[in-house]
Amino acid sequence: MMNWNLYSRGDKFFAIVVSVLIGMFTVATLYPFIYIAAVSFSSGFAAQAGKVVLTPIDATLEAYGYIIKDPQFWISYRNTFIYTIGGTLMSLAFIIPGAYALSRRQLKGRRFLNLFVAFTMWFNAGLIPFFLNMRDLNLLDSMFGIILAFAVNAFNIILLRNFFEAIPQSFEEAARMDGANDFQVLWKVFIPLSKPAIATITLFCIVSRWNGFFWAMVLLQSEEKIPLQVFLRHTIANLSDNDEFAIVQTDAAFSAETVTAAIIVCSIIPVLIVYPFIQKYFEKGILLGGVKE
Amino acid sequence: MVQGNTPAPGSAIESVEDTPDTLHDTFTDSRGSRLYDHFKREWQIYVMLLPTIVWFLVFLYKPMYGLQIAFKDYSIFRGVANSPWIGLEHFETLFSNDQFIRAVTNTIKISALNLLFGFPAPIILALMFNEILHATYKKTAQTIVYLPHFISSVIIAGIVITAFSPTAGIVNTIIGWFGLDPVYFLTQPQWFRPIFVGTGIWQEAGFGSIVFLAAIAGVNPSLYESAVVDGANRWQMMWKITIPSILPTILIMLIIRIGNIMEVSFELVILLYHPATYETADVVNTWVYRQGLQSGQYDLAAAAGLFNAVVAFVLVMTANTLSRRFSQTSLW
Repeated sequence: MMNWNLYSRGDKFFAIVVSVLIGMFTVATLYPFIYIAAVSFSSGFAAQAGKVVLTPIDATLEAYGYIIKDPQFWISYRNTFIYTIGGTLMSLAFIIPGAYALSRRQLKGRRFLNLFVAFTMWFNAGLIPFFLNMRDLNLLDSMFGIILAFAVNAFNIILLRNFFEAIPQSFEEAARMDGANDFQVLWKVFIPLSKPAIATITLFCIVSRWNGFFWAMVLLQSEEKIPLQVFLRHTIANLSDNDEFAIVQTDAAFSAETVTAAIIVCSIIPVLIVYPFIQKYFEKGILLGGVKE
Repeated sequence: MVQGNTPAPGSAIESVEDTPDTLHDTFTDSRGSRLYDHFKREWQIYVMLLPTIVWFLVFLYKPMYGLQIAFKDYSIFRGVANSPWIGLEHFETLFSNDQFIRAVTNTIKISALNLLFGFPAPIILALMFNEILHATYKKTAQTIVYLPHFISSVIIAGIVITAFSPTAGIVNTIIGWFGLDPVYFLTQPQWFRPIFVGTGIWQEAGFGSIVFLAAIAGVNPSLYESAVVDGANRWQMMWKITIPSILPTILIMLIIRIGNIMEVSFELVILLYHPATYETADVVNTWVYRQGLQSGQYDLAAAAGLFNAVVAFVLVMTANTLSRRFSQTSLW
């Protein structure tokens, strides 16, 4: 049906216009990243004077040299890995058994329990009660607190529960005949059959942990516990403060702009590395997630 | 009885177990012992569920109990339960507070702009992707436009701040080529909303198109085939076939969007706003953040948060009801 040779002149024109528009949008999406990379490799003076457009000006690695010498950069980078790996494992430890139990028809009060979970998607106590609760629980400025308090969300549980519910009963019956209990059925039947859904949830967890910022900023005070995003935020805040004075140092090898850009590049690279793996699953994931409550 | 939902063809073990159960029921029927049997047999699923339930109680439901401070004169020393009740005083304070009213108005205005410009963007993008014949070109473009969705708001804000900087930024460099003076984009209130909404489109339009592309993929191909026979061109097919076919998806997504009107991504607002732009940028959640977490007026801020949550809840429930009704009547 979509065959170039059968296209009329008007259709061909239309297809070309659309391709050009898509190309423009794609370039517009990509350009800010290229710009930031170019700034990160430029000299501080060139960046401050606004000379960078597409390629590095007076190419230098000074900004990278500056950040790799900053111990705080490495500390926060390490912390981000801890939050991402620890947080994702914690999430799976709650979500997989929880979703399995909620998918079982013999669970007493199943309707109520599902509503109990889903209700939190629609109603949320808000920032202040959550914060005060964290304080009462003694989880302020605690790495474990961050990992635990954001481990579960209703959306992921429901997504996996729906997937589990769609697994035909015949799959588990063989295992049941061999005398398997629920833990064994979950481990040997449900988890292997649900790899795409579990991969999707894992990736959602990884991305949200890697990008997590607001609560880390609010809950963590110690510099040795902050993740990369909070460190980046501190650097950017300094940058905009300097901006108001608009000091241009003519001899600067690096500047707040180039350093910020270099940190941005460093924190995007891991995302770009896992991105091809993410892409394989997220299209499925968001369509799975489209399933009703 | 409890296992009645397990037809278990050929499952000898279960049918053997079923028989004494039924006998047990008929002779010494008591609710207690039936429950006891049930838990004895099914205890494992309750063990699996317990951590999740406890987690929800501790981290999501306990804060709901803590919401009562919205009606109390909260003091840290007395705690949530022992602080004295003061009724609706905080709400009276809120609705006579110009800054709070401004935050509510800003929330609605930003959401309205998001709806007006941010909602059509992914639909247009999906319709355009659908017209592209070259598979590799399409795949590459899709891979790129989905990417910003996975970038953290701190980085997005960092890019925006760098690009719009008055001295160093590319935007002012380009303005300079035309001989114009640099614009202080991030400290002038009139620029906040265009930049915020534009950033949102740049970040989410690509990813948002996935849902519509999936809907387009589900359109019956024979519709296009007969259109070709009738001599329709691609433009006509888009308007007469594709758009009407994905209309249910568009409407449902629209309803969901309207349901989320109180949810402006305040993390990005916090990262991009500035005291000089509060006038147009301050939304309810950023106001709550400043009043509560920065100034320590927990009770008043909690009241503002409660107001926001209740409005959001009503909107979301209405949206859910509408979309459920709509998806039942729609064909797919």
